[in-house]
Amino acid sequence: MKKKILIVDDDMDYLFQMRLKVEQMGFETITAESQAEAEKIILEIKPDLCILDLMMESDDSGFILSYKIKRKYPDVPVIIATAVTAETGMTFDVHADESTQWINADLFLDKGIRVDQLQREIKKLLKL
Amino acid sequence: MATYKILIIDDEPGIREGTKRILQNFKVDYPFMDEQIDFQVLEAGTGKAGIEIIDSELPEILLLDNKLPDIQGVEVLEYVKSKHYDIIVVMITSYASLELAVKATRDGAFDFIPKPFTPQEIRASVENITKQIFLKRMTQTLNNTGKQIRFQFLSVLSHELKAPLNAIDGYMKMIKERQFGNSVDAYDEMLDRSIERIKGMRQLILDLLDLTKIETGKPTQKLEIVDVRKIVQMAVDTIRPYAIQKDVDVYINSRESFEMKADPGEIEIIMNNLISNAVKYNKTGGRVDIFLEKKVDKIKITVSDTGIGLKTEDKEKIFDDFVRIKSSQTREVTGSGLGLSIVKKIVDMYQGSIDVQSEPDKGTSFIITLIEPEK
Repeated sequence: MKKKILIVDDDMDYLFQMRLKVEQMGFETITAESQAEAEKIILEIKPDLCILDLMMESDDSGFILSYKIKRKYPDVPVIIATAVTAETGMTFDVHADESTQWINADLFLDKGIRVDQLQREIKKLLKL
Repeated sequence: MATYKILIIDDEPGIREGTKRILQNFKVDYPFMDEQIDFQVLEAGTGKAGIEIIDSELPEILLLDNKLPDIQGVEVLEYVKSKHYDIIVVMITSYASLELAVKATRDGAFDFIPKPFTPQEIRASVENITKQIFLKRMTQTLNNTGKQIRFQFLSVLSHELKAPLNAIDGYMKMIKERQFGNSVDAYDEMLDRSIERIKGMRQLILDLLDLTKIETGKPTQKLEIVDVRKIVQMAVDTIRPYAIQKDVDVYINSRESFEMKADPGEIEIIMNNLISNAVKYNKTGGRVDIFLEKKVDKIKITVSDTGIGLKTEDKEKIFDDFVRIKSSQTREVTGSGLGLSIVKKIVDMYQGSIDVQSEPDKGTSFIITLIEPEK
């Protein structure tokens, strides 16, 4: 059976492009455009992996979502995709030390990641 | 021509040599820059040798491998931070484990470049950083001359400018690679979305220009006697084609006009933003009503729509920079998130106030009061 990947991003174009890339890798996808929508989805569906944007409704939506996913499904790998630049640097700063423990994400990826690298990371996390 | 120094710390001579070659003849220019910037590449094979060069040469940019023979890359990063050096650090690494990413980002790493990297990746990162440094220095200069532009604003701005570029870039690549076959029809939606994102970016740039006019402040404020109704009429005429397209009727409910002492450009910005929002966030077949009133030295402008409305918790947020209320009803609407923050800034300049009355699904009214400046 195809593995199910949940992709959450509030930029509809990025979401569309990411969905396409992930589907071309041979995975099934579920998408959500907001933290709230993703929270509803995970109540009913257990994805095999999640790729989350960081800044959505709030600057740390991705962190909160990651925390909630991990609390419900500790074994589901979570990737936070973000532009690791000055703007996210600020977000990290805001949360300082506590951030590392509670976010619980498995991986941070730069949004500009190449498809082959993304595929390698997904496979590694899914132990394929 | 300015030259920025780039120090690469990596124990592999091949990587150092390659990077040097890649950046040797690389130049960055930027629409706002009046000069090009090129690069002088310095190199070190160990962390300690790197630190010596950092102390003596103070490079602008540091490309830093995390795995070094003597000390860890993050330790070099900590050193840079402890010395408060103004150096932008890029970690070159098999990209970031969570721990490294969080630690390095907290200690001030600006970017990550995965190994193995392509020349294009190095150049793109260096280009970004160069622009960042340039903007930062420009901001500092502006701050020193008494003009206040927040660096945070520029950071968010760079994010807002990058997002549409990334989206368009992604679509262009899909089209170039003919991912959906050779028929142009298959790409219609991608082209439409790209055009939409370009439109959004253009709007952002226009809003930024408005913002610049305000931020440069009162010295340029040109107070004259303005005919308020005339300006409102102009704003309505500007939005009319879009209103027709959306089947929204716009009414000015004051037959008589009055004059006030104001900067016509500023009143125009207020009216353009409020009226275009009232149309943009309206429903098909909806209406917009504009009321104008003058009481002694107070001017009251009301713009009411029959649109999607605002939730109570969103009412306070809408005047902040880059805030856009996201919902299924707004996802197709393009906006910069700057319009109302600009309106607020202008209203403040006139010692005025903004009142928002709104009910979800019923509509929103913006009631603006301006006080005529005395001079």
